[in-house]
Parts: sequence; C-alpha cells; structure tokens
Amino acid sequence: MNKIISSIAICLLSIAILSSCKQDKKLPFYGERHAETVRDAAGVEKIDTVYQTIPNWAFLNQDSVLTTNKATDGKVYIADFFFTSCSTICPTMHRNLMTVYNEFKTNPEVMFVSHTIDFKYDKPSVLKKYAQKLGVDGKKWQFLYGSKDSVYTLAEKNYLVAVGEDSTAKDGYIHQGYLVLIDKDRRIRGAYDGTKEDQVEQLKKDIPVLLAEYKK
Amino acid sequence: MRKYIIHSIFLFAIIAIIISCQNQETIDLQNYMSNGKDIYKTRCQNCHGENGEGLGKLAPPLTDSVFLKNNKTRLACIIRNGTNEKMTINGKEYQEKMPAFPELADIDVAQVMVYITNSFGNNQGFVPYNKVSIHLQNCK
Repeated sequence: MNKIISSIAICLLSIAILSSCKQDKKLPFYGERHAETVRDAAGVEKIDTVYQTIPNWAFLNQDSVLTTNKATDGKVYIADFFFTSCSTICPTMHRNLMTVYNEFKTNPEVMFVSHTIDFKYDKPSVLKKYAQKLGVDGKKWQFLYGSKDSVYTLAEKNYLVAVGEDSTAKDGYIHQGYLVLIDKDRRIRGAYDGTKEDQVEQLKKDIPVLLAEYKK
Repeated sequence: MRKYIIHSIFLFAIIAIIISCQNQETIDLQNYMSNGKDIYKTRCQNCHGENGEGLGKLAPPLTDSVFLKNNKTRLACIIRNGTNEKMTINGKEYQEKMPAFPELADIDVAQVMVYITNSFGNNQGFVPYNKVSIHLQNCK
C-alpha cells in the first residue's frame, strides 16, 4: 500500500517539475541583432542583445494630418505596403487584414499601419476614399503617404519588405504582401503573407501571444 | 399501321436529337464552368472574393442577378475592357476603376462570364462563345 502511495507521489512530483519547466511561448525576433554592454539599474555592467528596431517616422495620414511614430509607440501594430490602384495582391491582403482589424477593433493596444508605395497618385484624399470604401473609419488603422525615398527605404531597410516601381508590371509597381507584426518596443516579431488565409489566421493567434509578453 | 410506325419512329428520332443536343449543351456548360472557375480564381477573385461577395465599396459583389440579367450583353465588354462607370448593384452605388483584361481571348471571356452568371446564387444558363464574340465586337 505504502509503495503505491509513494509511486503516485513520485509521479505527481515529476509532472509538477516538468510542467514548471515549460516556458511561455514567445515570438521570434526578426532582423539584425548585436550584443551591447549596458548598465542595469544597479549600475552593474552586463551584456544584452539589441534587436533591429523601426526608426522614427513622419508621414501624412488619410486625414492629411502629420502622423509620427508617436501614434504607434507603446502599441503592437501591423504594417504593410500597398497602393490603392493595385488590382493584384492588395485587395486580397486588405480583405484578410480587415478580418484581423475586426477581431481587434476594441483592443486599444493594437494598431494598423498601411503605407502606400504609389507616391504619384495616392495622395491623402485618395487614401481617405479608399479607407472609407474598404470600411475603415477612425485612427486605429492609419493609411500613410510619404515621399518615394522615405517609404521605400523604410520598407526595405526597416520592415524588410521588398517594394519597387516596375513599368512592366500590370499596375506599375511590385511589392511583397507581408503583414509585419511590430511589438511595443518597435521590434519586428512576425511577418505573414497577407494573401494566404492560414498565415493571417496565425497572425490572429500571435497578436495575443505578443500582448501577453507585456502583461508580466 | 405501317404509317403509324414510321411516324412514331420519326417522332422518336426528333426527341432523341433534342435530348442529345441538350446533353451537348450541358457538357459545354460544365466545360465552361470548370475553365471559367480557374480564370475567375486568377483574375477576379482577389477583388470580387471567393464567393463573389465583393470587397467593401471598392469592388461590387457579383450576386445581383437582376443587374447581371439586365446587362447581359455588356458583361463580356466589362470583363475584357474594364470599366469606371457608376453602377448600382444590390441597391448600393459603386464607382471604382475595374482594370481591363485584354489578354483574355473571346473563349476565356465567355467561360468566365458563364461561370459568374451561374455561380454565387445566379442561374442564367449557358451562352456559347460565338455569341460572346458578337457582344465583344459591339463593345462601346
């Protein structure tokens, strides 16, 4: 009898140990990284990993208001690159992104940022019409207009999304359809193909995981 | 009696011809439907959606049977040449630019048109491609 009790106890103990070992799920970090020596609050030197971050930015939004990274600072946000006259992948991307938007509509910690790569035609008024017709209203989803240089550099160097002008393409531009997930510290934590429904579903699952990292 | 037999054979033959004709049309329809679906997926679905539901007010749904019926002869032209005309579909106004698809041959236009007008709750039957060719020649 004693043997049985002790073996049950051992079982329970090992289960408890194993489950306490399990780490919480964390999203990966994308982009370049390097080690840096920093001083913590107590003034002790230690080595820390520094990840690639999104730099400061300033663009006009769909209401022609100068919008900066202050709008997204301290929030988790999803960024993408598109243009309004795009008839290939953008409609699918934004159809899928709309479902994410609708799911996190009431969550103040989540934002959406769409950069146009059509610097010739997509002025703020065009973006406004596009947003309205898509069914987006308010500040939660920003549609941003900027010069070719600033937007294309931001896309390729910082968000790691390829964009470009291409006169041979049907609509004049080519770009990748990634939805890039950025954390509250401006680090890249995920990239999802906005034209693929399963990847967009994964994005919906990853946003709460990322938000949970900040709950501790 | 002999006359009676000849008559009935004649009648039978005509009925058989009609039935076999319909079968050929059904086969054609199935053909158009499956090819049309492939074209729809690659050219139309990104804006008009997997089930023809459209995209907000950017792209109209393809579920308005009345509109499709009233514009029967224009559909092929819209598919080939695109449009930026204002349209009222399911009671809502739409005005966006639809791109042209000049690379689609007459038969492709016919197939995708038949697919659209016989899917998403529409049921307007078969249109052969030579008829669609005539529509395409008369585009404004």
